[in-house]
Amino acid sequence: MVDVGTYLYAVALGQDSPPSEGALGGLTGVAGGPVRVISHAGLVAYVSAVPLTEFGEEPLRRSLEDIDWLGETARAHHRVVEAVAAEAPTAPARLVTVYRGETQIRNLMEQRRDDFLEALSRIAGRQEWGVKVSATPSAAPPAEEPASQRSPGTAYLKKRQAGLRTREEAWRQAVVRAERIHDLLSSVAVASRRHRAQDPQLSGREGWMVLNGAYLVDEGRTEEFGQVVEELRGEGIDVELTGPWAPYSFTAPVETGEAEVRDDAP
Amino acid sequence: MTLPDGSRDAVPARGGRLPPERVALVDLLDRLLAGGVVVSGDLVLSIADIDLVRISLRALITSVRESDTIAGARRHE
Repeated sequence: MVDVGTYLYAVALGQDSPPSEGALGGLTGVAGGPVRVISHAGLVAYVSAVPLTEFGEEPLRRSLEDIDWLGETARAHHRVVEAVAAEAPTAPARLVTVYRGETQIRNLMEQRRDDFLEALSRIAGRQEWGVKVSATPSAAPPAEEPASQRSPGTAYLKKRQAGLRTREEAWRQAVVRAERIHDLLSSVAVASRRHRAQDPQLSGREGWMVLNGAYLVDEGRTEEFGQVVEELRGEGIDVELTGPWAPYSFTAPVETGEAEVRDDAP
Repeated sequence: MTLPDGSRDAVPARGGRLPPERVALVDLLDRLLAGGVVVSGDLVLSIADIDLVRISLRALITSVRESDTIAGARRHE
């Protein structure tokens, strides 16, 4: 007999008429399981059954090493969240949040009801947008100086030092610019958060990522936000807009049992 | 982990949503591993140990770069 856990995707605000299983349109979640709803205490949780042979602690440690598994799971999770967020204010759960069973989820909805309602009212009518800014390193080529009077070795060292200074300076300028951009975008948003810069190898971007921001924007100000982003594009930086996202970055932990992990990572 | 065929440029300036399978995995993981509601208690498991994942990701960068088929190519239709 297979031990089964209950995977939580999201908690949404309960509507006047609770969503029927049919309204989910045969939505499948991680591990291919059909998504079910649990309506309780004015909230609706979206869940599916997962085998603990795959989602138990030990198997998961191995699975997380597998980029194909991680990618598939993340996309399946995202697909459910997107479908739910299209219908009602939604607080996505973090990837791989697995409960023993429905009873635990009902308890959670009851006990943390006020926290959920507060989080959901904060994100209602708003969307998350991502803005990534990279500095293009070739933006500031080092100035050539006459080197005829120097030995080739000295000339090389001088040039190298100048190059490093130029790079450092370019980096400093890019960081300052990113701060200004973040402030500007934040002024149009109701909340903002900075994610850790993506590894250039993972992002596939040239240059240094100096801003990986998330912005919670009123739906009525979407155009304005997009306009501000457009106007940022310019010499020496690369600006990428992603979204709209379900408010992943703005559904603050309902219960914080951990520190802000991303800042502690090496 | 990039989207193939310049589909990155297909990211709309504003308005429409990208289909979930075309979202860059790296952007998705930013949100799924550092965002979302974290609830402790009664859990079989949650990814409290994010570092574990990050380390795994770092270790996998090379293979990802080589195969380059991971992100956008994966479909769930």
